[in-house]
Amino acid sequence: MKNNKTKKTIQHVLMALFSMIMIYPLAWMVSSSLKESSQVFVDAYSLIPEELHFENYIVGWQGFAGITFGKFFINSTIISVVATVGSIASSTIIAYGFARIKFAGKRIWFVCMMATMMLPFEMVMIPQYIMFNKFGWIDTYLPLILPTFFGIPFFIFLIMQFIRTIPRELDEAAKIDGCNSFDIFIRVIVPLVVPAMMTSAIFSFYWRWDDFMGPLIYLSTPEKYPVSLALKLFSDPNSVTNWGAMFAMSTLSILPIFIIFFIFQRYIVEGISSSGMKA
Amino acid sequence: MLPEKDDLNKVQQTQPPTRHTKQKKAGGSPSGKPLKTGNNNVAGYLFISPFLIGFLGLTLFPILYSLYLSFTDFDLMGTPHWIGLDNYVRMFTNDPMYWKAMKVTFFYAGIAVPFRLVFALLVALALNKVVEMVGLYRTLLYLPSVVGGSIAVSIMWRQLFGNDGAVNSILSMLGFPTHSWLGDPDTAIWTLILLYGWQFGSSMLIFLAGLRNIPKTYYEASSVDGAGPIRQFFIITLPLLTPVILFNTIMQVIQGFMAFTPSFVVTNGGPVNSTLLYVLYMYRRAFEYFDMGYASAMAWVMLVIIAIFTALIFKSSEHWVHYESDSK
Repeated sequence: MKNNKTKKTIQHVLMALFSMIMIYPLAWMVSSSLKESSQVFVDAYSLIPEELHFENYIVGWQGFAGITFGKFFINSTIISVVATVGSIASSTIIAYGFARIKFAGKRIWFVCMMATMMLPFEMVMIPQYIMFNKFGWIDTYLPLILPTFFGIPFFIFLIMQFIRTIPRELDEAAKIDGCNSFDIFIRVIVPLVVPAMMTSAIFSFYWRWDDFMGPLIYLSTPEKYPVSLALKLFSDPNSVTNWGAMFAMSTLSILPIFIIFFIFQRYIVEGISSSGMKA
Repeated sequence: MLPEKDDLNKVQQTQPPTRHTKQKKAGGSPSGKPLKTGNNNVAGYLFISPFLIGFLGLTLFPILYSLYLSFTDFDLMGTPHWIGLDNYVRMFTNDPMYWKAMKVTFFYAGIAVPFRLVFALLVALALNKVVEMVGLYRTLLYLPSVVGGSIAVSIMWRQLFGNDGAVNSILSMLGFPTHSWLGDPDTAIWTLILLYGWQFGSSMLIFLAGLRNIPKTYYEASSVDGAGPIRQFFIITLPLLTPVILFNTIMQVIQGFMAFTPSFVVTNGGPVNSTLLYVLYMYRRAFEYFDMGYASAMAWVMLVIIAIFTALIFKSSEHWVHYESDSK
């Protein structure tokens, strides 16, 4: 009995120690954001600022080139929210089509969808850029937002898996009551797949918020930059002098992700465990 | 205990066929043309139409267009003009930078991917043993991956390994010599590998879910037979986890080969191109030199390499992946 207890304690000590090492870099970023700029790299390992310099946040918020981080946060929010709404609405509709309706050629299109899921974005990046350039969409949000309205294979797959767990008898019953496919989708399926839609929405928001390559390629006017791109510019190693402010804005930039993570943790963990989504 | 389980299996095995036949009978031929739930092509295509448009316009066409571009010389301004295999020839025979990028990428993916997977598996095994506060540990260990994709983390990593960053600061506090991690071509790539490994969270969660699915009775039975934990790991855990390992490996290999942001932000390809990942070089060719034809050819070579790797992993999986259903 006693042996068991010591074993447990050792287990917890090791686990806690390990977790701490893993969290250290993040803690370091947050603590550096509160240090005075000249102190950031003195005793750099230290996680405890000598004094709390909250003004780093105020100074950092001023941004650069006369554009505050407020503007960048608004830009990121617009892109992320619109793209998320688009990708979830379209993915749910498509998932229903694949999961519940029989039609000619379904297998082939399903295989195409799964193949797209494995296809890295980098493969279509260049031709898409050339296309959007021809359309005159460079330096607008269209290339960042519009493609999400055609469904995201990962989400389609995830929602499909979820729809498969809903008994078909429900569809049948609705059909007998005179519902067509569209009614069944809206009244029966959608209310029941909300959890899967939530999981997808959270991931979609993460990916859009963190997206760096898209804005890097498509946007050229600093006023239109999302936080990710602005932060990269702000942190250019040749120009940064105010390290405290840089870390402050870095911390702020991941704050929305943290908040969403802590609110919706359950959905995220379940979503990954069941689907193997990357994060 | 055992006979009971057998009975259960029998029930499970026999049930689906009966249900199936019943359905067939119900929907079948009693009145010639039955209630047969036939194809509903209009509704089907209507529902998947967003996917169809996106797939044809934003995936299939661009891919084919990129194949065409790879045989052309195109700087975005004029019209592409056909140069045949020149891009590919130049790539393989006359561009040392290309080979450098290829070498760096293979080194990176070859080490970072197994590193992340093994690490994720070990942590998942440890977490699976802990009974209390699993939720808390899981959350803490998953956090780096939650924020991992963000640019802030890459920037932070750059400062962490900078000359007067926290890593050197800790080393000197402990009495070790400091090192210019990002300035030394031999160590710079390792900081990126470490960054990749640090974000082991989602692989870990997938492994953890896989571990939870292994029936406890297997372990009980084998310990009656006198198997220790290490033997149990190799005869029960690992084989039953192979489908999850296969899935994780394929996803990670694709991700590993396509990494961009870390090399772009942390090291910008340097020093002396020691961290010039393939996609970073492709990005430079396309968007700094506007060498769209060449960059497209690069993309195609990468796609072929990834396809070969994926195919090899799938092919080999016949030998090492065990599915529970065919083990009995």
